[in-house]
Amino acid sequence: MAGAAETRQLEVGRSLTAGASLSLQWLGRRFTLFFSLTILGALVVTAVMAQWMAPYDPRRGDLDDKNTPPAWVGALTMERQVVDGFPEDENTQISVNRASNLAVSGKVVSLSGGTLTREQVAAGDQVLEVIRPAGSTEFLLGADDQGRDLLSRIIWGARVSLIVAAVTIVVGGSIGTALGLVSGYYGGWADEVIMRMVDIFLALPLVMVALVLAVVVGTFSVPYLPMKEIHMIALVLSLFIWVRFARQVRGEVLGLKTMDYVALARVAGASTRRILLVHLLPGVMNTVIVVGTLQVSVVILLESILSFLGAGVAPPTPAWGSMVADGRDFLKTAWWVSTMPGLALLLTVMAFNLIGDWIRDALDPRLRQQR
Amino acid sequence: MYRFLLRRLVASLFTLLVISLLVFLLARGSGDPRSLMLDDYADPGQWEEVGAKLGLDKPWFAAWPPWDSQYGIFLVNAARLDFGNAISDPRTVSELILERLPATLQLGMAAFIFSIIIGVPLGILSSLKRNSIWDNMGKLVALLGQSMPPFWLGIMLIFLFALRFEWVPPSGRQDWNSFILPAITLGWFFVAANMRLIRSAMLEVLDSEYIKLARAKGVSPPGVVWKHALRNALIPPLTFMGVTLGLLITGSIVAETVFQWPGLGLLAYTALIRSDYPTLQGIVMVFSGMYLIINFLVDILYAYIDPRIRYS
Repeated sequence: MAGAAETRQLEVGRSLTAGASLSLQWLGRRFTLFFSLTILGALVVTAVMAQWMAPYDPRRGDLDDKNTPPAWVGALTMERQVVDGFPEDENTQISVNRASNLAVSGKVVSLSGGTLTREQVAAGDQVLEVIRPAGSTEFLLGADDQGRDLLSRIIWGARVSLIVAAVTIVVGGSIGTALGLVSGYYGGWADEVIMRMVDIFLALPLVMVALVLAVVVGTFSVPYLPMKEIHMIALVLSLFIWVRFARQVRGEVLGLKTMDYVALARVAGASTRRILLVHLLPGVMNTVIVVGTLQVSVVILLESILSFLGAGVAPPTPAWGSMVADGRDFLKTAWWVSTMPGLALLLTVMAFNLIGDWIRDALDPRLRQQR
Repeated sequence: MYRFLLRRLVASLFTLLVISLLVFLLARGSGDPRSLMLDDYADPGQWEEVGAKLGLDKPWFAAWPPWDSQYGIFLVNAARLDFGNAISDPRTVSELILERLPATLQLGMAAFIFSIIIGVPLGILSSLKRNSIWDNMGKLVALLGQSMPPFWLGIMLIFLFALRFEWVPPSGRQDWNSFILPAITLGWFFVAANMRLIRSAMLEVLDSEYIKLARAKGVSPPGVVWKHALRNALIPPLTFMGVTLGLLITGSIVAETVFQWPGLGLLAYTALIRSDYPTLQGIVMVFSGMYLIINFLVDILYAYIDPRIRYS
């Protein structure tokens, strides 16, 4: 034990000097930490204050605003030759959705009733038809195919992602930690059973089984549970997440239980429950926290995959994964519908990964060398 | 060694048994399959008849002999790779799976190769030139690999390379170039994983005494890297690569759905949408079985490479 503490101290010392000599790298680390904490802070604030921050209703849109581009994207126009007073078109009139949809020879012709009549254009004119209007600050990140504001939907989606992540980590983490403690401390058949269960869950094709489970569980009716579907997804995911906690905690307990203080506690007459909760649990808490933060990103990704495949959070509720799926059919004309929620996902998951790495380094210097 | 392998084999079989139980319960828990096969106007006689044909009149578990229960029948048939008839298709589940399996295997292999030819050199480079631009690029790749939602990556690739530049087809499985985007989507995560593993293994080996000795006795720098360091650093990633292959083949559902790739993942997805539980059961069983077999083979390989395991 003295040896372990010694090497631990040595490594702390080594990494400290290494950090001082590489101040540039240190600055980089500082920056990534600042960057990820900012994203995380923004995310939490957004999730908590969604109803005050979102400019529009995330569930309702106006079809007139269908696929409006983000504020910085310009209009999409197409040139047309006017023949005999009308554009080369089989129709006698160009029907347009909006009055401002047509520009003739550089000057905008104001239209009545959304149609262009013979008086307004002459033969030989170059007509510029506005296929898609330019973006405006009305919809900062654009609107989806149902005319819903993407920014508002992303803001509400943050809440969904964070709730799923929090519930999953708390439930899965508690179960995993408890089973890991029992399995590591008791050993014997309890250990054998729990570790076999871990193996089984690791051998399951995760996404597929989670998908089936989510669909099956989605049919259950649970009374008096607010946001039922979100909690259900979280429960399904925690079924797969506990495994990661159990493994790590068990490994840690195997080492801790041979320590003198545990033996002394047993000699002093402490009950098994007391040893597990008072003597071993605090010892594995660091590991639990590290695994917990690193798994947040995994959970958020899994939830988004389920939602993308249509088995996660059901449509009217905005979830980032299903929002990406919404935009698939409009990629050519409206790339932003899929891109924006995906970016939100990417930034969020990246922030959690960076913070997880940082916490691991901070809590457990031994792991630092493995990076 | 045989003791070790026997133990792993028994554990694998047991795992498969429990998975079959889970799959069975999931399918039964999802409701009566007859409600999907028969329309609302079917008379009770027809209902009973189909039920008897499917064995639904038997108890789930408590029957004598035990192989006459619903689970028993499922298990015996599953062992013969017979998963019954698909609901959404006139063919049997086994026929469907056999038809789709090659596409999934090909895609998994393509993604596997992609993850190695990008991940391994990047890992070696960043371990040799620590804190250089290569190392930082490698770290960025690793971070993106962990953080990028796979379905979004696929969609962005389609948008850029299939719709914008029109270099490759946006979906389906035709020529060799239709493999590129799905393989990148599927393999991306493992590029990062391979890179990290190789990098840390190389760093560890490069720091060891025998590398210092090799350097001291005057082996040329490339000789040290290729002959002495890399060979020893490859052992941990090699085992991981075996596991990767299993994960790539069984984790293809997202990539296959995004690219409409006609493999098992897409089959599972459409089966799920159509509530075709026999097909789903079959695919989950086949995937789990394949995963376990690959892991078992990796264990054998590992025992072969590393004598410490063979003799413990």
